Amino acid sequence: MSVLDKRGAGPGHPLPGQSSDALDDTAPGGTGQGAGRTTRTRQRTGRRGLTLALNAVSVALGIAVWWLLASAGFKLPTPPEVVSRARTLIGDGTLGTDALASLTRVLIGFALGTAVAIPVGFLMGWYGILRGLIEPWIQFFRTIPPLAILPLAVVAMGIDETPKIFVIFLAAFLACVISTFQGVVSVDRTLINAARVLGAKDLTIFARVVVPASTPFILVGMRVGLGSAWATLVAAELIAAQEGLGYRMQNAQLYYDLPTIFVGLISIGILGLLMDRILLLAERRLTRWQERR
Amino acid sequence: MTSKPAKISVQGVTKTFALGREAFTALDDVSIDIADHEFVTVVGPSGCGKSTLMNILAGLETPTSGRALVDGVPVSGPGPERGVIFQQYALFPWLTVRQNVEFGLRTTGVPKQERRARAEHFIELVGLEAFADALPKTLSGGMRQRCAIARAYSVDPSILLMDEPFGALDALTRVKLQEQLLRTWSRDRRTVLFITHDVDEAVFLANRVVVMAARPGRVYDVVEVDPAVVRDEAFRLSPEFAALRNRVWRSVYHQEGRTAALSGSRTDTPS
Ligand SMILES: Nc1ncnc2c1ncn2[C@@H]1O[C@H](COP(=O)(O)OP(=O)(O)O)[C@@H](O)[C@H]1O
Ligand SMILES: [Mg+2]
Repeated sequence: MSVLDKRGAGPGHPLPGQSSDALDDTAPGGTGQGAGRTTRTRQRTGRRGLTLALNAVSVALGIAVWWLLASAGFKLPTPPEVVSRARTLIGDGTLGTDALASLTRVLIGFALGTAVAIPVGFLMGWYGILRGLIEPWIQFFRTIPPLAILPLAVVAMGIDETPKIFVIFLAAFLACVISTFQGVVSVDRTLINAARVLGAKDLTIFARVVVPASTPFILVGMRVGLGSAWATLVAAELIAAQEGLGYRMQNAQLYYDLPTIFVGLISIGILGLLMDRILLLAERRLTRWQERR
Repeated sequence: MTSKPAKISVQGVTKTFALGREAFTALDDVSIDIADHEFVTVVGPSGCGKSTLMNILAGLETPTSGRALVDGVPVSGPGPERGVIFQQYALFPWLTVRQNVEFGLRTTGVPKQERRARAEHFIELVGLEAFADALPKTLSGGMRQRCAIARAYSVDPSILLMDEPFGALDALTRVKLQEQLLRTWSRDRRTVLFITHDVDEAVFLANRVVVMAARPGRVYDVVEVDPAVVRDEAFRLSPEFAALRNRVWRSVYHQEGRTAALSGSRTDTPS
C-alpha cells in the first residue's frame, strides 16, 4: 500500500458507490423487476418532490437572510442591487464575455487534465514499473497547491492564456489521475480471472474488464477535478487577464464594487454547479450497473 | 479408473505461497486422477487448499512442484476446454445476463449470429430467459449462479471446475441447483471437479468424494460412491446416503484423531 492509496480514500475523494452529494438520494436504486418497481418509483418521485421543495425553501430563506443583513447595515449589497447590476453587465455584454472566457479556460484545462490523467492513471495501475516511476512526481505535485505553481508558470510561460490553463490543467490532472489509478488497482481479481478463463487476453481484459470496472472511479475523479479546476480559475485570472469572471471581481475589488463581486460569485457558483450536474448525470448513466447500498 | 487414461491428472502437486519471509504450504504433494465423464467432489475445511487446487487446474496459478495434466497435456494457462465457475459468481456487473453469457463467445471469435443463438440456448437451459437483458445487480444469488453456469457452458468445455458454486445460496435454492446440475450432467457427462465445504452436497453429487485436510493442504481420504445409484430425493433420504455422509463427515471433522490410521504411507507432520 502506498500513500497514494490511502490519500485517495480521504474525504476529498468520495469512493464510487458512496453518496458524495447531498442530492444523491435520487440515484437509481436498481431497475428492479416486478411489482416492487412501481411503488418504489412513486416513493422516489415523492421524495424527490419533497427534496426540491425543501431546496427551494432553503434558497428563499438564504436570500431573505442576506437581504436582512444588508438592510441591517452590514457591508453587503441588497439582492435588488445585485440583480440590477447583473442586468447591466448582461446588457453591455460584459458578463457574457467574462463567463465565456472563464468557461473556456476551465473547459480546456479540465479537458486536457482528464485526457492526460486517464491514460496515465491506467498505465500506473497496470504496470508496476511505470507506477514506481510516476508516483513520486504525483506525490510531489500534490503537496504543492496549484496556485503556488503560478509564479513559476508565469515566468516560464509568459502572461497569456498558457499559464492560466496550465494551472487548471494541473489541478484537474492530479485529482483525476489518482482516482483512475485507484480504480485500476482495485479491479476485482476474480473478474480478471473470469475473463481469462473465458479466453480473454491482456488487451481484451484491459478494454472489457479494467476500463468498465474503473469507470466509477474515473468519474468521481473527474468531478473532483472539475471542482479543483474552478477553484484554481479565479487565482489563475490574477495573471494579467483582460476578461474573465475572476478578473472582473478583482477589478471590482479595487473600486469597492460589491454588486459586481456578487454577480461574479453567483455566476461562478451557477456555472460550476451546472457542469457538476452534467458530470453527475453522466456518472449515473455510465455506472447504473453498480450495486448501491 | 486405471484402465482409462485420466482426463485430469494431478501429480504430486505442491504449492507454497510466500507469507512474509516464510513459505506457506497450501498444497502438499497432492495427487488426484479424474477419469473422463467422472463427477468428483472435493470437500474439506476452509483453508485446506481447495481453491488453490482449482486455480492450478484452471491455469490461473502454477504449481511450485509437481504437474497438473489435462488430457495428458500439462496445464500452462486457461483453456476453452475447461469451464470455471467461481465461488463469488464473478459476473461482470456492467454486462447484462446475455452479454455475460456471450463474453466467452466474443473472445473466441464466434460470429455474432451464432453467438446470439448459443447464448440464447444456454440462458434457456438455466431458465433465465425472462432476465436475459437484466443486469446482475437485479438478480438473486441463485439466478446469478445460474447465469455464471450458463456463461461457463457457453464455450462448451469438456471439463467443469466449480469452486463452492452453491456455497452462498439458501438450502432450497441449493438443492434445486444441485438437481439441475445433475440433470445436465447426466445428459452431457462433462468431467466435473466440484469443490464444496458441504458434506451432504459432496456425497449427493459425486461419483467420488475427495476429502482434503489443512495445514498442509493434502488429500486425506477418498470415498467412492456406487456408480449405479440414482441421485434423487429417495437417495438423499436413504440409509446408504446417511452411511456415506457419516463416513465423509468423520473424515472432514475428526481429521486429527484419524490421521495415523488413514494416511498410510504419509505421516502427518505438525506445522
Ligand atoms: N495468493 C495467496 N497468497 C498467500 N496465501 C494464499 C494465497 N492463496 C491462498 N493462500 C493460502 O492458502 C491456503 C489455502 O487457500 P485456499 O485454496 O483458498 O483454501 P480453501 O479454498 O480450501 O478455503 C489458505 O491458508 C490461504 O490463506
Ligand atoms: Mg476456497
